Amino acid sequence: MSTKFEQTRQYYWFAVPGVLTFATLVGGSFAYNIFLSFNEWQGIGKPEWVGLANYERLIQDRVFWISFLHAFEFILAMSIIPTALGLIIAALIYDFISKYFGNAISTFLRISLYVPQIIALPVVGILWAWMLSPNVGVINTILRNIGLDKFALNWLGQSSTAMFALSIMMIWIQIGYTIVIFISGMSRLDPYLDEAAQLDGAKWFERFRIITIPQLYPEISVVLLTTTVAALKVFGPVYVMTNGGPGDATQVPAYFSYFHFFSTLKVGYGASIATVLAMILTVLAIGLLRFQRKMGVLR
Amino acid sequence: MSVKRKKGIAPYLVLVGLVSMALVWLFPMYIAFINSFKPEQEFIQNGVLAFPQDWDFSKFSKFWGEVNFSKKLLNSVQVSLFVALIGVVLSFLTAYAIGIGRVKGRIWILGFFMVAFTIPQEALIYPLYSVSKMLNLYDNIWSIIIIFGVMSTGFGTYLLSSVMSTFPDELLEAARVDGASPWRILRSIVLPLLRPTLFVLATMFFIFTWNEFLIPLVMLPSNDNQTVTLAMAVTTGQYTSDPTARAAAALIGFMPSVIFFLIFQRTLMRGITLGAVK
Repeated sequence: MSTKFEQTRQYYWFAVPGVLTFATLVGGSFAYNIFLSFNEWQGIGKPEWVGLANYERLIQDRVFWISFLHAFEFILAMSIIPTALGLIIAALIYDFISKYFGNAISTFLRISLYVPQIIALPVVGILWAWMLSPNVGVINTILRNIGLDKFALNWLGQSSTAMFALSIMMIWIQIGYTIVIFISGMSRLDPYLDEAAQLDGAKWFERFRIITIPQLYPEISVVLLTTTVAALKVFGPVYVMTNGGPGDATQVPAYFSYFHFFSTLKVGYGASIATVLAMILTVLAIGLLRFQRKMGVLR
Repeated sequence: MSVKRKKGIAPYLVLVGLVSMALVWLFPMYIAFINSFKPEQEFIQNGVLAFPQDWDFSKFSKFWGEVNFSKKLLNSVQVSLFVALIGVVLSFLTAYAIGIGRVKGRIWILGFFMVAFTIPQEALIYPLYSVSKMLNLYDNIWSIIIIFGVMSTGFGTYLLSSVMSTFPDELLEAARVDGASPWRILRSIVLPLLRPTLFVLATMFFIFTWNEFLIPLVMLPSNDNQTVTLAMAVTTGQYTSDPTARAAAALIGFMPSVIFFLIFQRTLMRGITLGAVK
């Protein structure tokens, strides 16, 4: 018994470098950020302690609430829609393309749909500026060519369509991730169930709904968790496409805190926004994990 | 026994549907491609969709020279390589204590690393910025190498611990009975067997770091220190008046990622699915 304990203790040393550096860099920075959220500071001189003042202002700040509303809207474009579409497309690729047309085509499909995932956001920004630009952009050129001039809008330039246009771009980015995870999930399923149902005359969509989806619950829950967290954290797409505008039409918490850090130099205020966002994300992630464990999805 | 069926028309409909979708997905890249070779005059006359008649290669060398792209490429490679190295070493050691050593409190250690997954970079960026200024690491690419190297241990430790916890017990017990020290077990048993997984992880770190954007944006203001991704965000603003030059910039910007991806496609896919479901 004692030798076993001795042995385990020796292993602690291996965790020391990782834990120490991580605690210092991530833990320390986050603690410092929380400290800053109780201060007023312009980034130079001494921070001035103001207690909860930043948080009090936060609650009354209309833009803060709007930014969270948008973050939740991004859950639709980055999590729910890509998951639903990804499931269907993955199943179609797995059940039809691989089976009847071979691996070359299914690999081509997977790679094409995954490419947006590996392109850096600033480059995505340039590509989509080409798509969405009001005068010379691809989408409006096509719309005008087929006589739908009245639908050729200034997509990112007006509040009513900016979130919609960004959402389309996010679906384009996200779908490759969900498809890849679901296809690999499907390859671990037992084909016997599906074949039995097929012999009983079940149509493809029925089998998809009743047999495939329930078996993929672990993958679905992981994908929903990771993409929901990513949606609430979203920064890059907003930075490269709209800077939160026009007005506050695409403002999100991450960008809003960045804006206060480096543009208005209200460091304490920016820190309080970032702290609230971090808290919400942590609570949400723990909640989702618990829920999944209760449902028996994750071991 | 597999079910034999006639193909019917349904598979062909699915094929046509999915291939069209894939082409739509590739379309923005195609647009960047044709417009980066299109002389500006042609762009103004024939619009964005037209195929170039005269092929103009000059914009690439112009952009490459003006932003000193070779330097940026070098910076990005340096940052991503070192981050992959540091991240893999730190994650491997920590995961070894958790997955093989089964140290007490390992759930807490793992939970602690998982925080990296939920805390947004915005909640770390100002402290990192002001502390790096204090330490004279501001505007130095080693600052972001250290930051990303350490931050990537969150995901790396999680992934490697779950892989290592499935390690065959008999092998480890046999080694322990023979009196092998933890260090010896690491070197002679675990490391050789885990090498492919470590390579997968390094590939993922490399690509993730290559695409990182907020932290370099804040930490690396001067031109000579920029990464490729950062240069794409900052310098392309200068080209708003010349859209075809922007297209060339985009093409140059995503080529390294696409080439890297095509080479390591299988490795990367394995890592992504490994991370999703243990």
